[in-house]
Amino acid sequence: MTVGVLALQGAFVEHEAMLRSIGVDVRQIRLPRDLTGVDRLIIPGGESTTIGKLMVMYDLLVPLRERIAAGMPTWGTCAGAILMSRRILDGRPDQPALQVMDIESRRNAFGSQLDSFEADIDMIGLDAPFHTVFIRAPILQNPGPACHVLASLADGRIVAAREQHMLATSFHPELTSDDRIHRYFLTL
Amino acid sequence: MAIEKSTWTTKAGLAQMLKGGVIMDVIDEEQAKIAEEAGAVAVMALERVPADIRRQGGVARMSDPELIIRIKESVTIPVMAKARIGHFVEAQVLEALGIDYIDESEVLTPADDEFHTDKHKFKIPFVNGCKNLGEALRRITEGAAMLRTKGEAGTGNVVEAVRHARTVFGEIRKLHGMSEDELFTAAKNLQAPYDLVKSVAQAGRLPVVNFAAGGIATPADAALMMQLGVDGVFVGSGIFKSGDPAKRAKAIVQATTHYRDAAIIAEVSKHLGEAMVGIEISKLPQDQLLANRGW
Repeated sequence: MTVGVLALQGAFVEHEAMLRSIGVDVRQIRLPRDLTGVDRLIIPGGESTTIGKLMVMYDLLVPLRERIAAGMPTWGTCAGAILMSRRILDGRPDQPALQVMDIESRRNAFGSQLDSFEADIDMIGLDAPFHTVFIRAPILQNPGPACHVLASLADGRIVAAREQHMLATSFHPELTSDDRIHRYFLTL
Repeated sequence: MAIEKSTWTTKAGLAQMLKGGVIMDVIDEEQAKIAEEAGAVAVMALERVPADIRRQGGVARMSDPELIIRIKESVTIPVMAKARIGHFVEAQVLEALGIDYIDESEVLTPADDEFHTDKHKFKIPFVNGCKNLGEALRRITEGAAMLRTKGEAGTGNVVEAVRHARTVFGEIRKLHGMSEDELFTAAKNLQAPYDLVKSVAQAGRLPVVNFAAGGIATPADAALMMQLGVDGVFVGSGIFKSGDPAKRAKAIVQATTHYRDAAIIAEVSKHLGEAMVGIEISKLPQDQLLANRGW
């Protein structure tokens, strides 16, 4: 099995390192031809506007949508989750995105960098709380009927969701040493 | 559910999210929008780009808070701003504005010629410049959550950026090959704490993200710095002092992503119009070299 990590911009090396430590083959994806032979995809954290623009410039938007629609398991963290959501709130009006998951995202939902935080969250599918990091993080909201909430904050705001083979998290498991969500993704 | 804000992981983590990206100097909302539209991962809000600071001379200070706020309101990407070296009150003001990162920058006139700001006291993360590993490690010790090699800002000449990146990475490689007993003297020579020196020697890398800055003017300059091993680039005067800023900004973003793909770098380098006028650094008097500021 080869997991592709979208490497246009952002924290893709951290995902690669985590996957390698589990013993998985990893490939960086920058161009459509890199997708050949890739079984799964992670869209990392970074700036969603930058990653979206580079996806358009290098003709990745359509092939990625097609592969994901055809069932390729895909996980977006933070910016990646934004790019997967059907609608982006508080983004740029013309911001390009994959729009493959039936859930909305709200960018920078907690405020500026001063409101970035760490927290222990409970997540469906994990046996114990997960300590993780939220950086200028989005929240997820209004999931469609096929989209299941996996984790929320104490105030009810959604921070992780799954729809069939697609996973979205507002936070960054790749910045921790806990590989449980990476292992969970590999079971989708 | 306990929530902890402004931790070291969140400070250094934002820099990790900026990796592989371009941070652009902008002096107003219009430039900020052009930068965001071109794919910048963040903007540096300031009143004058380094090339103008260099030309006009005088004391360069923190920018007008009103300007910084207007720029912050015009974009959705992170906003950084510069405080003078050691001017911890300018840093307090910038933190109060709720921006995302402070650059304690040698491009502004230093406020303290002995001490840098104690960055641990702040909730907001800091990026600092470095010319060598000793400087890099001293800044991390003071609390910097991100570094950038200094280069020589406002010159459009990449030679100093290359020198500083090669120096930092070369010194790390040297440390990595040292035996434990050699590390004590290495720490003394680097003028940096032993524990930090030891951890860098073991890891073979810096514990924080390190961008390049100072003199980057073309897509090939950006890719050169990336191939030398930096995590991303700052472009100051190089974009908005050029003939076609929007096009050049977009080209530098693409060259930073595809930094190992010469065919793409060639393609994006076509018809960019005039680059900023460069300065031969050996022609600059010693007292006009910004990289020498910082202790």
